[in-house]
Amino acid sequence: MLDIKDLTGGFDGNEIVKGVSLKVNPGEIHAIMGPNGSGKSTLSKILAGHPVYEATGGTVTYKGKNLLEMDPEARALEGVFLGFQYPVEIPGVNNAEFLRMSYNALLVNRGEEEIDPLDFDEILDQKMKTVDMDPKYKDRFLNDGFSGGEKKKNEILQMAVLEPTLAILDETDSGLDIDALKTVANGVNRLFNKDRALIVITHYQRLLDYIKPHFVHVFSDGKIVETGGKELALDLEKNGYDKYIASGN
Amino acid sequence: METKSSSRSDVSEVLSDKEEYKFGFVTDIEADVFPKGLNEDVIRALSAKKKEPKFMLDFRLKAYKKWLTMKEPDWQYCKYPKIDYQDISYYAAPKPKKKLESLDEVDPELLETFEKLGISLDEQKRISNVAVDAVFDSVSVATTHKKKLMEQGIIFCSFSEALLEYPELIEEYLGTVVPIGDNYFAALNSAVFTDGSFVYIPPDTISPMELSTYFRINTEETGQFERTLIICSENSHVSYLEGCTAPQFDTNQLHAAVVELITLENAEIKYSTVQNWYSGDRETGAGGVYNFVTKRGKCVGNGSKISWTQVEAGSAITWKYPSCILQGDNTVGEFYSVALTNGLMQADTGTKMIHLGNNTRSSIISKGISADQSNNSYRGLVKVGKNAKNARNYTQCDSMLVGDKCGANTFPYIETANSSVQLEHEASTSKISEEQLFYLEQRGISRENAITLVINGFCKEVFKQLPMEFSVEAQKLLTLKLENSVG
Repeated sequence: MLDIKDLTGGFDGNEIVKGVSLKVNPGEIHAIMGPNGSGKSTLSKILAGHPVYEATGGTVTYKGKNLLEMDPEARALEGVFLGFQYPVEIPGVNNAEFLRMSYNALLVNRGEEEIDPLDFDEILDQKMKTVDMDPKYKDRFLNDGFSGGEKKKNEILQMAVLEPTLAILDETDSGLDIDALKTVANGVNRLFNKDRALIVITHYQRLLDYIKPHFVHVFSDGKIVETGGKELALDLEKNGYDKYIASGN
Repeated sequence: METKSSSRSDVSEVLSDKEEYKFGFVTDIEADVFPKGLNEDVIRALSAKKKEPKFMLDFRLKAYKKWLTMKEPDWQYCKYPKIDYQDISYYAAPKPKKKLESLDEVDPELLETFEKLGISLDEQKRISNVAVDAVFDSVSVATTHKKKLMEQGIIFCSFSEALLEYPELIEEYLGTVVPIGDNYFAALNSAVFTDGSFVYIPPDTISPMELSTYFRINTEETGQFERTLIICSENSHVSYLEGCTAPQFDTNQLHAAVVELITLENAEIKYSTVQNWYSGDRETGAGGVYNFVTKRGKCVGNGSKISWTQVEAGSAITWKYPSCILQGDNTVGEFYSVALTNGLMQADTGTKMIHLGNNTRSSIISKGISADQSNNSYRGLVKVGKNAKNARNYTQCDSMLVGDKCGANTFPYIETANSSVQLEHEASTSKISEEQLFYLEQRGISRENAITLVINGFCKEVFKQLPMEFSVEAQKLLTLKLENSVG
């Protein structure tokens, strides 16, 4: 589904991702772990097409297409979803209306009819239950004044509604207490199936107690320095990243 | 008096040039234009041409004399070359083939022009419940739904017509809210105004439809000086809409209007404007309309209310402070404003809320959006007189910057001579950020729709005050204007 080859890139001429290769097939969950500042988030932003970040070398093929040539919205319409580490606040924009607009954009892209607000409301209510979100958040402004945990839940709600093929979750666990973490993980697990893939970027292994990865990649200094199964995450939890930082130098 | 055709450039050429300002075309129509220049003779000629009653000529001459003694204001946060008031023609009118008996006889060219602007003057064709007075250059060309309104005693006609048919009402109220010497541009307007709209709502009447005036400047080197007077009697209610466009010229046109609103006991006037005069070339700043407008309402009767809503998206320079004088007890004044500037536009706009009666309330919601190299200032005054017990004001001024070469300023003034007053003021400045747009785009929303969402979110409190149709238009207008400024 996703094939990253020798990808390099960054922003403002700083190379932060320094040669990443990664293959993700449908039905796979990949965890990318690494110390702060190792370039994990930059990788996710390049994949999603953030205008400030630039790929300087390598290729990324997604469903047979050159992902790097696509506009950010085209990537989203093709099923690439980025769960933001720091979701932005957009005052005055109604959360439910925004989600419906997004949902409709996907429908139209598939050549289907737009959904009317009432029908969408039903879908939304049901999805909100799965992430244990109070219905009052429908009428709040998008992330405006949300607590850290509410913002992250709102990301997972969006993911649940949009049902992406490839979801990249960037530090979705940061700032969550254990209950919120479980809720978020349940929401993610419920969505996962053999046709979809997931890349979970995290600093800590605790999220991986709830979302079971098939592969764990250790990221250091802009590169994947080791790949293993989920036992690798446990090893990291116990021994830290020190040896990878050393080997990175 | 000379007659000339006002055709200057090919319509399709102007249109195809850029969709950005799609109202930039010129209608090729025979116009009756005064030679340039201003003196007493011009004013007398103007008054005679319109067959005005004597009190009107006296009013004009008095204003002219006052104007000669006044100085053009220079305190606003705008820069522009000195205006040569002798280089402007003070009267331009589409030449009527003959006196019009009905709408059917309006020059088809004119009807077509308004159709092109999205304003159908054909009553049968109008789907919405809105009566329209269309002002082309200096004169009103048509007013729709007059008969239907008259059945309820509502007078809605051009100012010129009102002067001939209801001189006593005009003599009683004209200049009572904006005195002739109020400011430089109001004095000039009082001397030379040509046409505009007149509305009178009798007591205990809710206007069955929205009343609207559509202003169009067509001729180059003419000024547009319109005058609007709205009187809303006891227990009555009216909602009034105003729209404006002008062709693209390399020279500047002067627009100096005066609007006066009067509410008697328990009456309410809601006045909405969507202003989209040509704002000049985006890169060079050449051309565009100077929009120097005095708008003021007076809540004369107890319990009455005046509400201004404006979306200011055009003009090279906007200098405008729709205000409320809260004279009666328990009166309410409101000001909702979105001012957008891009290119090299300059806007200095805001409001004045003058609290004179007891328990008077006012609220001000101002949203300024600046893009490119433009400058956008909010300037507002809340003044509470010593006899105005328990006056309250809430002011909220938010600015949004698009890019890093633009400017936003807030100049709030408060003068209070009373200790029982309650004032609240909130202000914020934010940037439409690439992060916000990326977030929305990452959810499959196109860049254009993302901009619309963010801007509409920012302006939400103001847009919801506008009548539905206007609100949709205003949202489209802002998106169109900002599309090339973001990113």
